[in-house]
Amino acid sequence: MAVSAKGLSVGDSRDMVLVDDLTRTQIVQYAGASGDYNPLHTDDKFAKEAAGYPGVFAHGMLTMGMTGRLLTDWMGDGRLTKYGVRFSKQVWPGDTLTATASVDAIREVDGEWFADLSVMTLNQDGDMVVKGTATARLDP
Amino acid sequence: MAVDRFPIETGHIMMFARSIGDPNPIYADEDYAAGTEVGGVIAPPTFVQASAQYDPDYILRPKIGEPWFGSGREATGVRRERSGGRGGGGMGSGLHAEQHFEYHRHLRPGDVLSATTRAGDSWERDGRSGKLRFSETITEYRDQNGELVITARGVGVMTEGPTAQKGDG
Repeated sequence: MAVSAKGLSVGDSRDMVLVDDLTRTQIVQYAGASGDYNPLHTDDKFAKEAAGYPGVFAHGMLTMGMTGRLLTDWMGDGRLTKYGVRFSKQVWPGDTLTATASVDAIREVDGEWFADLSVMTLNQDGDMVVKGTATARLDP
Repeated sequence: MAVDRFPIETGHIMMFARSIGDPNPIYADEDYAAGTEVGGVIAPPTFVQASAQYDPDYILRPKIGEPWFGSGREATGVRRERSGGRGGGGMGSGLHAEQHFEYHRHLRPGDVLSATTRAGDSWERDGRSGKLRFSETITEYRDQNGELVITARGVGVMTEGPTAQKGDG
């Protein structure tokens, strides 16, 4: 499952369609699992009439969670040592999200190998919704 | 978020993995997981955010007997000024700008975490819908042995009105 330093090169990349036509139900599902019941994400009436948005939108952490799947599918289970993102645009019901990760560096620290990755997730219009970095521990 | 006791449970991990659309059996199938390198079920990388479930004061969860700012008969159950974000969101004024995790190890069912938070930097910037006020929160999650397992750094942004683009909940 895990990736070896020998089998990986700077510039290698992977992409993945994270979700096609995001549903409001999945956003509600994330609210229930995460415990973030902010009505901005779950309550269209509130989002429109009280908060002034066009409607509910996804938790940033849902997009970060979905994006993480690309990293763990590629680098292996339990291999991430760092993962961080900046949320740059909202994700709305109906959006289709595609994530791309690429290897920026491969390095050895005290006999252990690591890959530094950059990751970004775009919506169907090509707009970036999340941009971040991660580090994964590699096999030698 | 400050939490005294966050028990990591298999069912919770399964529900969380479903909600992020991740079918990896490492998050749900104990028999499968036993045969892998990690040797058992682990939690997905962003799972620790679900510690909100165990924060007694978490502002974004309805509390029994208290007014809730979501809609019922009216669009909101409380006056606008009363709520507001704290890092993770709020009434169109508090949004999530960044989230970073450092994993010292990955979480397993049976772990019992506690979390302490402290304020980090804060800064301001002019945005399209008025002034943006950013504030950073550092959360340290420790396991039942007092070992640091995850360090989280969240950045929240308070806006003066609904934001068209920047930030997220």
